[in-house]
Amino acid sequence: MIKLVDLHKSFRTQKVLDGLNLDIETGKTTVIIGRSGGGKSVLLKHIIGLMRPDSGEVLIDGTDITRLGDRDMNEIRKKFGMLFQEAALFDSMTVGENVAFPLREHTHMKEEEIRQTVADRLHAVGLTGVQEKMPSELSGGMRKRVGLARAIAMLPQIVLFDEPTTGLDPVMTEAINRLIIETQRAFNLTCIVISHDIQSIFTVGHRIAMLYEGKIIADGTPEELKASRNPVIVQFLAGSIDGPIRIM
Amino acid sequence: MNRVAAPVDRLGRAVLENVEEMGKILLLFLSVLAWMFRPPLKLRNILKQMEFVGVKSIFVVVLTGTFTGMVLALQGYHGFKMFSAESLVGSTVALGMTRELGPVLTSLMVTARAGSAMAAELGTMRVTEQIDALYVMAANPVKHLIVPRVIAGFLMVPLLTAVSDFMGILGGYFVGVHILNINSGVFIRNITRLVDLNDIYSGLVKAATFGLILSLVGCYKGFNTSGGAEGVGRATTEAVVLASISILVSDYFLTAIMF
Repeated sequence: MIKLVDLHKSFRTQKVLDGLNLDIETGKTTVIIGRSGGGKSVLLKHIIGLMRPDSGEVLIDGTDITRLGDRDMNEIRKKFGMLFQEAALFDSMTVGENVAFPLREHTHMKEEEIRQTVADRLHAVGLTGVQEKMPSELSGGMRKRVGLARAIAMLPQIVLFDEPTTGLDPVMTEAINRLIIETQRAFNLTCIVISHDIQSIFTVGHRIAMLYEGKIIADGTPEELKASRNPVIVQFLAGSIDGPIRIM
Repeated sequence: MNRVAAPVDRLGRAVLENVEEMGKILLLFLSVLAWMFRPPLKLRNILKQMEFVGVKSIFVVVLTGTFTGMVLALQGYHGFKMFSAESLVGSTVALGMTRELGPVLTSLMVTARAGSAMAAELGTMRVTEQIDALYVMAANPVKHLIVPRVIAGFLMVPLLTAVSDFMGILGGYFVGVHILNINSGVFIRNITRLVDLNDIYSGLVKAATFGLILSLVGCYKGFNTSGGAEGVGRATTEAVVLASISILVSDYFLTAIMF
């Protein structure tokens, strides 16, 4: 269970999180939506401890990770996998070495077992025989698949997705969305997806939370959100320039 | 703020920023020391960096060392000729190379070649979230990225300096003996008579210090990059400038302490 309690975070004079509260349901996919530059990625970085809040708590299975030292934080991070926006594959390593990285780092598996696990994870994301390729030889969609294979290499409980479909064509967007759904089901993951791609939101999300001006202003099922009369949500979902969301 | 106070304020801020930066580099060094001895050793990463910093710099270091030795012999010859002391050319070249020019020029060349690459590579890893990915996978970036580079800098710059010293003396020998017609026996005897092993050792100690400085500064600047491609370019330039200045300044103090 992930619980965010009264999170505040400012960069100089700019308030990014302003008393944010959110409960993430275990074993479900929660999509966090909000405008570009609205603090979604900052929120994700708080959940995995890459940033610390000015005040507030981030509770992972009851442990407030904002107070943890490096060693305890790393233990918590082993519960997580993360797919970065541009996949963040290590470009000095092959695809196989990338997926094997967490296994080599945290397990005592033999090379043969590692090879088999890497092949299994790549197969789970629909890739075969790419182990020896370098990340620079892959397309954007393939890089994201490899990124997901690496994120689930250690079979984590929670996977974070930072704008998984940004920059992809519609067909690849649908393919990645399906992959998120299938992976979530297959490994019974708790997924947190950050996105502003309206179609993807309703495809992958069991719950949708809207971040606006540093707070979660709505949190519900896709149907509840669609039925919302909150003018911010209505404007955001309609992609309209008229409404309370100001264009900067 | 009035006209008098404004420049003083700017100067004060600049000094504070530089002191703060030095402090952060020192903290990074302590962190490197702490992670260096924590198993498992990433031997493959270390060897890869040693190859990059050392083996791949040999050509440029050989070229720099040889021509520096040659020009030292040429310049020295014309000076010493005025006092009919041409026989001292060999020892001057050898002392100049081992004590000063070998370590300084080698580390400046390695800064330009490898220090800049460290900043650019780590900077790119920072802006493409590869460093965040390491944190997320509970892997410490200092251990994985910085420790191997600092070890490589510390070990390989002295070795490259030894190569540079040797090539410089060889270049000086070629110019002195074959072009300027100094007697070969006199050239070599003056080197063995006037150059002490301590001259060589102290040059190598300097080189190790410079290797440490250039790799730490390169890694620090790269690791703390922000702002996309422009940020990577800025980090690379700053790394080369700061490392070069630090090498030259520390060279003075090391010389003052050792000789």
